[in-house]
Amino acid sequence: MSNSNKQRYIPHTDDDVARMLGVVGKPTVESLFAHIPARLRATRPLDIEPLDENSLLKHLGEIGSRSKPAIGSTYRDGAALSFLGAGVTPHTIPSAVDMLLQRSEWYTSYTPYQPEISQGTLQAIFEFQTMVCEIYGLGVANASMYDGASAAAEAVLMARRVTGRKHAIVAGAVHPHYDQTIDSYLAGEESGSHEDLAETRWGDDGRVALKALEQALAKSEDVACVVVQTPNFFGVVEDIKALADLAHARGALLVVANTEPVAFGVLQSPGALGADIVVGEGLGLAIPPTMGGPGVGLFAAKAEYTRQLPGRLVGETVDKDGRRGYVLTLATREQHIRREKATSNICTNQGLIALAFTIHMSLVGKRGLVELAQLNLAKSEYAKQQIAKLNGFSMAFSGPTFNEFAVRVRGGDANVTVEKLADQGIYAGCAATAPGMLPKGKADDVMIIAVTERHSKADIDKLVSALDWVQA
Amino acid sequence: MSTDYPNDLRYTKEHEWARVDGKIITVGITKFAVESLGDITQVDLPKEGEELKKDAVFGTVESVKAVSDLFAPVSGKVVKVNDPLGDSPEYINEDCYDEGWMVQVEVKDVKDLDALMNAEQYQAYLKEQESH
Amino acid sequence: MSDKTTKTGTPIATRQLLHTSRPIFEQGAPGRSGASLPPLDVPAVDATKLYGAAARTDGGPSLPEVSEVEVTRHYTRLSRWNYAIDIGLYPLGSCTMKYNPKVNERVARMPGFAGLHPAQPESTVEGALELMWGLERTLCEIGGFARVTLQPAAGAQGELCGVMMIRAYHADKGRRPSKVLIPDSAHGTNPASVALNGMETVSLKTGADGLVSVEAVKAACAAHKDDVAAIMITNPSTLGLFEEQLGEIADVVHEAGGLVYMDGANLNALLGKVRPGEAGVDVMHINLHKTFTTPHGGGGPGSGVVGVVSRLEPYLPTPTVEKMGEKYRLEYNRPKSIGRLRSFFGNFGMFVRAYTYIRELGGPGLTLATEMAVLNANYIRAKLADAYSLAYDKPSMHEVVFTDKKLKRDTGVQTLDVAKRLMDFGYHPPTIYFPLPAVTGGAGALMIEPTETETPETLDAFCDAMRAIADEAKENPEIAKNAPHGTALRRLDETRAARTPKLRWTRE
Repeated sequence: MSNSNKQRYIPHTDDDVARMLGVVGKPTVESLFAHIPARLRATRPLDIEPLDENSLLKHLGEIGSRSKPAIGSTYRDGAALSFLGAGVTPHTIPSAVDMLLQRSEWYTSYTPYQPEISQGTLQAIFEFQTMVCEIYGLGVANASMYDGASAAAEAVLMARRVTGRKHAIVAGAVHPHYDQTIDSYLAGEESGSHEDLAETRWGDDGRVALKALEQALAKSEDVACVVVQTPNFFGVVEDIKALADLAHARGALLVVANTEPVAFGVLQSPGALGADIVVGEGLGLAIPPTMGGPGVGLFAAKAEYTRQLPGRLVGETVDKDGRRGYVLTLATREQHIRREKATSNICTNQGLIALAFTIHMSLVGKRGLVELAQLNLAKSEYAKQQIAKLNGFSMAFSGPTFNEFAVRVRGGDANVTVEKLADQGIYAGCAATAPGMLPKGKADDVMIIAVTERHSKADIDKLVSALDWVQA
Repeated sequence: MSTDYPNDLRYTKEHEWARVDGKIITVGITKFAVESLGDITQVDLPKEGEELKKDAVFGTVESVKAVSDLFAPVSGKVVKVNDPLGDSPEYINEDCYDEGWMVQVEVKDVKDLDALMNAEQYQAYLKEQESH
Repeated sequence: MSDKTTKTGTPIATRQLLHTSRPIFEQGAPGRSGASLPPLDVPAVDATKLYGAAARTDGGPSLPEVSEVEVTRHYTRLSRWNYAIDIGLYPLGSCTMKYNPKVNERVARMPGFAGLHPAQPESTVEGALELMWGLERTLCEIGGFARVTLQPAAGAQGELCGVMMIRAYHADKGRRPSKVLIPDSAHGTNPASVALNGMETVSLKTGADGLVSVEAVKAACAAHKDDVAAIMITNPSTLGLFEEQLGEIADVVHEAGGLVYMDGANLNALLGKVRPGEAGVDVMHINLHKTFTTPHGGGGPGSGVVGVVSRLEPYLPTPTVEKMGEKYRLEYNRPKSIGRLRSFFGNFGMFVRAYTYIRELGGPGLTLATEMAVLNANYIRAKLADAYSLAYDKPSMHEVVFTDKKLKRDTGVQTLDVAKRLMDFGYHPPTIYFPLPAVTGGAGALMIEPTETETPETLDAFCDAMRAIADEAKENPEIAKNAPHGTALRRLDETRAARTPKLRWTRE
């Protein structure tokens, strides 16, 4: 086996191999594998053709060209005009974020298990944890989860640990993927431990029907938590204070999911309103949408629940000489130590994406986040007003929204509307019953539109004309 | 050597110690356990009134890198818990036989104590474990 | 320190200008910002009018107030405190810290990949589906599987997925076996995934030769007749040894009605040599961030795709990517699926990178990677076998496990001390604390996996350093015990961090 194909990442020359075999005391490279029994061996070589850099770029470039992206590489070149949110709301990411991210010391470093040579990563995570606490209004946050959906599932597991109870009630218009993920994570337990309250899902205002939730809570002494989302799947802002009071009155925790952290530039944080655990998705504020992954799951909770938190935690400490430094801490919660006694499943965090989020939030800053939120709110309200004037559409719900809202396609199926507009180069919104989203039925005519600082007045006017055209 | 493993205590194979005072048994972990764990960062103990079963797990003790189960030396009811350990787990490192006590149990059947080792037997047991 | 060299002339760590940078919250001034936001071109909205009491009135969350310059300096300075693959060797066992190709990054940033929104109509993401399909096909070819799900976000989630599918498979046949056999050398994520599925771990003792024996498996299956859901086996094992009886073990477990799950963390030792799906394995997770070079990024993101043989296909997470003629589509109608483990499709950005790498190397390159990975590990083994104790005699694959048995006995210096002292020589330490003492005869382990992207000169320098540490331990053990000496921060107080956790910055 020689390096005759000159693979650039594998440095060994024939001379290197010969010398090393001599030291190892083996005649050939193949002899290093001699102890593998014949019955287990591959019966033929791997049938994958190698490509040089040029051919590689050409091949991948061709594949890439067969999609029409929602976001272009500069402002919008070659891309569609997109108003998609539905769990991932893309924001303008300042250029400095990716440039800083690409430093090798961030990109190609490992998990900071050796703190003396990973202070960069550890301090950055400490800053990230602080920011998540601030945005969600709670005392402790971890080093990130895989995404918002799995964070929500882990939040339910945590609520069970904290309360010693088994039941979870998912109320209101929670993102279907979050709901489905909670379902999968709990499926290993006895059935009936996860309940979707169909009756409480949403009223005319698009919010959780509080009375129905109250009744559901009264039926059981075993409710660990109530899970809601704000702004919810339809973009409607839920009454977190009322929900927290209801849950707490029955000894249950309130878990709040959030797919748009910018909302808390103009809204009080869920923590301030009584939430016990808040989980969210930071992808839209970290990197371009990238087909929905990798994202970054945000996870915050009341400080008194610290030892029940899943995921990695970075803590401040001092070294032998009293200098401030950072380390991974409370590692005994995690599964590589607790093994079968661990009650959460996460091992990695989303290091790079969390870092991108942190750098972006540092750039945006305190006033910047408020201004960004005000921009999003204003543009979204403008879009709502203009669309409400159209004959072919109506606002689906009366409750207050932030930068995402649901419209009803009069007499039509939102999926068809979305498809027609996509052919015109406009991704007008996400149909509520799109494949993989809500099941077909009640909400077939509902379309969810997100408007952010990325959209100029002209962009919004273009959307409105297009909507008018499609219903004509 | 005798301060490492006091003569007036009884010992279990899982490295707990028991101080017998009539029907009240005070329980903690031995110097060997403490040295194996290193700096203790947390203990999870049962509440007053809980029933313990001999040889069953009744709590955990944690250091920076490890978690260890605590096994009940006798069956009985927990009558007192060393609550200060919640904020100051370091008491266990500093004084595992006194300030570092964990729970007091009212033993159901004193015959349970017969199964425990004395200091000499425990030290012999430790020597035997070492050679593995 | 800057003029120190090893015996072979390779320089050891140099010292440079290294700046600390206080937490970003301690920098800047009120009113500063690094944002560049567009002006408001529509009417402003009064949030208080809209939200009432729920409106925010305190001026916003306490984020930093810094300019772009300060942010750039801060994160540039912080980065320089990290060790990284692009700086030097990471001999971390079972982590496969191989070089992260730069072409992957170029491709991942193409708008046709990065700019895609997951809720776009399917007809507009044909290319993304094609890439996912292509990645699935190459992974099937590599692993010998019928299908691969790309959804799980990391190895641990891949394991969770695998165990969930196993449970679903049995339930579909009207069975609820509750036991999963796991060797005591396994990584903690294995038993954790089992517990989350409401099943119980049955521990298999590692044999004296470091391997799992058919006898142990037979005994466990007999002791839990009709109740064995699966065996979870890592191959090569976490001791870097090839599980030679895998075929017979698979037979026994299948006979007992169970399935075989393989933890694919060590796949770098098998490319082109073994196709697990054709060797008795039913389901296996693959860490794209290990074998397939997606960047570790200081802890993530990962991607824990899972390959299955055809009998597990119905239970794959939803949706799957299907090909019809020349077109690709997403299949959501999967009644027996275990459902979703996360939002949307998985870590797509990592799919692009892994696919690019696989297509660059091709079959010949991937096979060569395994061959050189195994050669490198054995080279280190040969060069250090007299200085450190080998955990087991059997041939090493892509990683070698030493213990501190001899060293500790003769000098008092332990695994942790060796690890910390290695930093003074400019290296990230190997994996320590794992495998657990239970399988290393009570000794501390040093698990070394060099990967194939390291030159022989790097390995020589590393071995020089390891030998120097062992020699020094005999003369002067205190040096290692108080290491590291050369890093800007000395040993950090982890006890204090755990006893009095301070997990966020606060204004003092």
